[in-house]
Amino acid sequence: MSELISLTAAETAAKISAGEVSAREVAQAHLDRIGAVDDRIQAFLRVDTAGALKAADAVDQAKAKGEQLGPLAGVPLALKDVVVTNGLETTSGSKILSGWIPPYDATITTRMREAGIVILGKTNMDEFAMGSSTENSAFATTHNPWDLDRTPGGSSGGSSAAVASYEAPLAIGTDTGGSIRQPAAVTGIVGHKPTYGSVSRYGLIAFSSSLDQAGPFGRTVLDAALLHEVIAGHDPCDSTSLDVPVAPVVAAAREGANGDLAGLTVGIVRELGGEGYESGVTAAFTDAAQRLEAMGAKVVEVSCPHFGYALAAYYLIAPSEASSNLARFDSVRYGLRVGDDGARSLEEVMSLTREAGFGPEVKRRIMIGTYALSSGYYDAYYGQAQKVRTLISRDFADAFQTCDVLISPATPTVAFRLGERVDDPMAMYAADLCTLPASLAGVPAISVPCGLSAGLPVGLQVMAPALADDRCYRVAAAVEASYGAPLIASAPAL
Amino acid sequence: MTTTLPPFDDVVARFEPVIGLETHVELGTRTKMFCGCMTDFGSEPNTQICPVCLGLPGSLPVANKAAIEATIRIGLALNCSIASWCRFARKNYFYPDMPKDYQISQYDEPLCFEGYLDITSEGQSYRIGIERVHLEEDTGKTLHVGGATGRIHGATHSLVDYNRAGIPLVEIVTKPVPGIGAKAPEVAKAYVTELRNLVRGLGVSDVRMEQGSLRCDVNTALNLPGADWGTRTETKNVNSLRSVERAVRSEMIRQASVLDGGGRIVQETRHFHEDTGVTTSGRSKEEATDYRYFPEPDLVPLAPDASWVEELRATLPETPSVRRGRLQEAWGVSDHDMDSIANAGAVELIVATIEAGASSEAARKWWLGELARRANETGTELDALPITPAQVAAVAALVDAGRVNDKLARQVLEGVLAGEGDPEAVVVSRGLEVVSDTGALGAAVDEAIAANPDVAQKIREGKVAAAGALVGAVMKTTRGQADAKVVRDLILERLS
Ligand SMILES: [Zn+2]
Repeated sequence: MSELISLTAAETAAKISAGEVSAREVAQAHLDRIGAVDDRIQAFLRVDTAGALKAADAVDQAKAKGEQLGPLAGVPLALKDVVVTNGLETTSGSKILSGWIPPYDATITTRMREAGIVILGKTNMDEFAMGSSTENSAFATTHNPWDLDRTPGGSSGGSSAAVASYEAPLAIGTDTGGSIRQPAAVTGIVGHKPTYGSVSRYGLIAFSSSLDQAGPFGRTVLDAALLHEVIAGHDPCDSTSLDVPVAPVVAAAREGANGDLAGLTVGIVRELGGEGYESGVTAAFTDAAQRLEAMGAKVVEVSCPHFGYALAAYYLIAPSEASSNLARFDSVRYGLRVGDDGARSLEEVMSLTREAGFGPEVKRRIMIGTYALSSGYYDAYYGQAQKVRTLISRDFADAFQTCDVLISPATPTVAFRLGERVDDPMAMYAADLCTLPASLAGVPAISVPCGLSAGLPVGLQVMAPALADDRCYRVAAAVEASYGAPLIASAPAL
Repeated sequence: MTTTLPPFDDVVARFEPVIGLETHVELGTRTKMFCGCMTDFGSEPNTQICPVCLGLPGSLPVANKAAIEATIRIGLALNCSIASWCRFARKNYFYPDMPKDYQISQYDEPLCFEGYLDITSEGQSYRIGIERVHLEEDTGKTLHVGGATGRIHGATHSLVDYNRAGIPLVEIVTKPVPGIGAKAPEVAKAYVTELRNLVRGLGVSDVRMEQGSLRCDVNTALNLPGADWGTRTETKNVNSLRSVERAVRSEMIRQASVLDGGGRIVQETRHFHEDTGVTTSGRSKEEATDYRYFPEPDLVPLAPDASWVEELRATLPETPSVRRGRLQEAWGVSDHDMDSIANAGAVELIVATIEAGASSEAARKWWLGELARRANETGTELDALPITPAQVAAVAALVDAGRVNDKLARQVLEGVLAGEGDPEAVVVSRGLEVVSDTGALGAAVDEAIAANPDVAQKIREGKVAAAGALVGAVMKTTRGQADAKVVRDLILERLS
């Protein structure tokens, strides 16, 4: 394994900035790594070799001209295929968008390009981000580098697998109900879901508008924080984007690495543990809580009584919004068109296209969402789910009266086997049990590795009040430091 | 099926109508509702589009502040309350000219609600309740190609122009209007006319029905006296002020005929046909789409604060009815005449014509006379005639200067309407100027005297009134272009 690919993003940027290595060499090393292992991992749907080298060369030229480089200039990144890229095919993992070349960049794409980040390509994902194993992709099955028979989580499984297999030091994922935190946990890396509204959604192919949030993956907390600061910040193109200063997450990650958490109160959420949680996961979680205590934090138990309804509420709200967001895939303006033989009506062509273009999980959610929004059922389903959402937010508010952060396992189990849950949607949905409350309340939450269970990584979830993303990074960095080296270093070689 | 339709007088003698109107006004904002695209009318297809108004994957809407201001101003002018907090909602249905397959609209939380508009029709005042005023986005336009009629039936393919998609649209919904009996058609028309004048006065839309920037749906129901209100139908495709009146009348007659035949009225959408003046059935409520409204999660709620609303209130111009009262006094016309002027949509045209130099009498005379007749003949609105107030004022000036008489003036107007240029140019090209040159007229006068010796003799004997017959003969040979007074003087001079 080339030394260049095992560096952290922070180290890579420092070397490029110091002139010890060129951005092109770094990009090439990662492209080579993808070439060597991705047939087994299948993290990428498409690799943009030309685009990546061009972006790397631009960084090298800027450096040659003596320009000041940004903190991640020249660092390669794997981009989830839900984020639109001008001139580069973007499918959201769906056949219905196969071949679609966007004419514009997402705001976060623009920000990363401007920061000199080198986009290596687009990563696999569950179709329209609906899933927890990346098995719902229309194109490929991604494998967990810790055990190729297991899933890398989902829906951002391509991004988590790319980072965990050293194909890229950084990746972008999106999290609607846990799609960053759960894949990060099961691949032994760091993944953060920012406060809703703190990262622009402009150019993210929408799944559930009131929940979707893009965020960073990295092998270290600091790397994730550096990427967070590039993508976060107000965007006038997104009405729900918050016009507030970005939380100082890089400083928090550095501070947390000191391992001093004196004065911090950490709440263990009683409802996110116990029965249904794998014993190895529970053991790793308990160990992490003890580490926090050892670093000076006061650890208490709190109750969030409505968290038990999060799954039910989520599986009404997200499909409802999805049923509307996905209506536009109607064959008229872009993407797949099926059955347009000159004889069929527009309605028939729309139906045939959607029948052929959407996978079974997407269809299931469109059906559920359409039903939940129907006249006569709205109050009982969508309306009721929104009330539950309010109650969950209240639970958080109450808990944050006494606690600075809340913790739980990031997932109830370690990575499950490919194929194990594909025919059991409820078992698949249960993978998001721990991550759903923070999504519904719009609060920030991070997953950081906290040990292994039977040789597979376990994630610790740290949740903070809205806009206090820095607290997630501080605590995560402290946990990371308590292990000495990042746990990913103990992953088996590919 | 042929049914004999009952006469309107008979219908209103036996039934009571309840009407309601839903009006869409396309705002004249510089940019679209949720993106920065321009809104110019008549541009090349699909040149005013972007990822947002095309609904491309990943794009997001951001609300246009100018459109929100315009809507609040319309609401205030209609005496509405302004919501202190409200949301946009998605109206979900599949349609190819609607890029996202949902329309961003408002549902149970309109921006403006509970207002009224005072109108007058045939000397009587009515207060029309306003249920709500809300803001939404327009759709694109579909063009069916290959068929004979431009309709989807028989077409080989369809083209969609998204230039209009996302243009801000304000929907103004009245409360049901009962108790107006036989006046229902006129009241409906007077309401839309007044609303149009009000919106135009606010300067937020050009409100042109023929260009679709003002669109109207008419709800009509009939009931027996004392009974509950009947089932209503919604008539769409009502594209002129005159059609508003005709559509209500025709739908009342049709419903009466159905009820007379023992049938029941189906709650449905009906289409008004400009050519035949009747409505035909569209989709019925039974098969209507469930729009699955829910709050638009891509947009933050609107929360206009009270001080902003008061700032906007301060920008409201004089209301049309106040303005009308002031103008009526200035022009010195009766209530009835002022009503006719307002209902003809002529108030602002007359004001502009006076500003261009005409007397108020002349301005009223031409707009309400010859031009109203022409508009009526061609089925257009007065302001849609291809003539400007300045041109009308120029015609009035030609009359005042004695260069044309009334009859010639009508021909000048006809020339302007036919696109022959300004009045002066028409006078020259058609050779319409009054001939008052005594030399040129002398021969015609002599000819008339020679041809009518009996009349000439009477005049010589002092019967001056008989001169009229000779004047008429001269006018005939000069095809109306002679100055009648000069002719008369010449005749009397020769025969004295
Ligand atoms: Zn646009």
